[in-house]
Amino acid sequence: MGRPTPIYETGRLRASLPRPAARMFLKREDLADTGAHKINNALGQALLAKRMGKRRIVAETGAGQHGVATATASALLGLECDVYMGAEDMARQALNVVRMRLLGATVRRVDAGSKTLKDAINEAMRDWVTNVTDTYYLLGSVLGPHPYPLMVREFQAVIGREARDQILKMTGRLPDAVVACVGGGSNALGIFDAFIPDTGVRLIGVEAGGEALAPGRHAARFAGGTAGVLQGTRTYVLQDLDGNIELTHSISAGLDYAAVGPEHAWLRDLGRAEYTWIGDAGALAAFQSLSRLEGIIPALESAHAIAHACTLAQELGPDAHILVNLSGRGDKDVESVATYVGLEKGAEVGV
Amino acid sequence: MASRIPAAFDRVRAEKRTGLVTYVTAGDPDLPHSAEILRALDRAGADVLEVGIPFSEPLADGPVIQRATERALAAGATAAGVLDLVAKIRSSINAPIVLFSYANPILRMGVEAFGDRAKAAGVDGVLVLDLPIEEARDFRDAMAARGVDMIFLLSPTTTDTRVKQAADLGKGFLYGISRLGVTGTRDKVADGAEALAARIRAVTKLPLALGFGVSRPEHVQQIGRWADAAVVGSGLVGVIAEAGRGPDLVERVESYVRWLKNGDK
Repeated sequence: MGRPTPIYETGRLRASLPRPAARMFLKREDLADTGAHKINNALGQALLAKRMGKRRIVAETGAGQHGVATATASALLGLECDVYMGAEDMARQALNVVRMRLLGATVRRVDAGSKTLKDAINEAMRDWVTNVTDTYYLLGSVLGPHPYPLMVREFQAVIGREARDQILKMTGRLPDAVVACVGGGSNALGIFDAFIPDTGVRLIGVEAGGEALAPGRHAARFAGGTAGVLQGTRTYVLQDLDGNIELTHSISAGLDYAAVGPEHAWLRDLGRAEYTWIGDAGALAAFQSLSRLEGIIPALESAHAIAHACTLAQELGPDAHILVNLSGRGDKDVESVATYVGLEKGAEVGV
Repeated sequence: MASRIPAAFDRVRAEKRTGLVTYVTAGDPDLPHSAEILRALDRAGADVLEVGIPFSEPLADGPVIQRATERALAAGATAAGVLDLVAKIRSSINAPIVLFSYANPILRMGVEAFGDRAKAAGVDGVLVLDLPIEEARDFRDAMAARGVDMIFLLSPTTTDTRVKQAADLGKGFLYGISRLGVTGTRDKVADGAEALAARIRAVTKLPLALGFGVSRPEHVQQIGRWADAAVVGSGLVGVIAEAGRGPDLVERVESYVRWLKNGDK
């Protein structure tokens, strides 16, 4: 699985910021097998499924990283694997669709609703309850009914345990802040968990601000959501006055979801963690900066965390340390980024 | 006013027949037509009317009721609108009315406000599909205080402990799902129905309705061997979908229900 994943200090990115900036350390979950933190949870739950005597796995996927991780774990353990994915996500994460198929999984297209993660979860749950005798539902984030939020957090907590040890060895102290992007919120809880008792460490989750904080155009649940129940979870939900779930938008499929993991809602209401958002444009800019300045192409999801870390680094100043969870790599996103920034056109240079 | 549900099942038992519980998604094709449909179901002899509140994420439902939900939402149906509908038609209908909802529309309105409006509308019972029994006590108490019965869903994978909890907290009747999965019609009633009914009967005298997969008179008769009533949902919703806003909508609904009750006689 490639654990422990390394910690990497950004040099040129930090130096490029206009104001004196904090040191930034990246927890390199993008270097975990399959290219994201998702494998930590997928392997844990697939082993559980095997132990329970199930022969088949169903899963949902948004960005495709959880689907790829689940297909990988299923291939390894000899389990049949069906992955539900929204039609819109299949189009924007086409590379991962092919990867899942190569790994022997069946990708099932979902055309309902917004054709994204929420709709894929609905279909996966329908499949699961119909075939529960021989099928295990391998949920990919800290969402859904109990015990999924707890179980997924446990499998992801390895990120924070490693990172806390590594950063103490590297710098001799705890960081001032830990920053991670939050869709359902599994990479964020994974890295936050070990730092929760360290009350001097700020825990900051970054949601998707999308195009604008208007209904249907973002996925910042803490900015526009209210308490509700979605897919077995009571948490902050983007919903209308009648209790129907609002459509969401983010440039990153993995953050494009109307509810946030319930433990994040708890940490936020406790005041232990704080949540902010970065829009599509900010994420795209950070995606390009990290690529050009550090040679690391991040997932668009993780680029939201990078973008906020850059702002925070300048607020906190050069003596501060920020730990950022680089939750996934960006190969899956290169086609959509190319479309957004116009890289397909005029890129060739004649000789 | 007390719930009309116990009297409805007393009548079914006294007449030694299999009761029929009908489900429709309110607002499909629109709320005014739903009023006509519910009156037709009552005329045709449905013993209990389940009225679905449309929700954007119908994750316990198969394609037929998903489509009905989409049509209802597109036509503007909301939880508040469904409560208004029941209030309007209550006096013209004899059968008990049970609201069938996902948790979120009710929580959004507020449990107390929902309970007040349900009571004022003359609702007899409420079933909340995605409210686990372990979380249901406060909601159930709020409904009980207003004379609204809380109906629980039980499936073949429900443990005996949970069956007992549902029997203790539930009122009116219990709703058994005869097979695993989402709503939808099937050619035959699943084999799990008999075993589930036996497990429920062992712990409670509450009336039992069995559903999921019921669409033909022979299904109703078969279920009568194990339960007080059969629930028809997708089969009926499918009839409504086919008729749309056409002139024969009410007639088709009525004759479908009479056929379910009486077969081809």
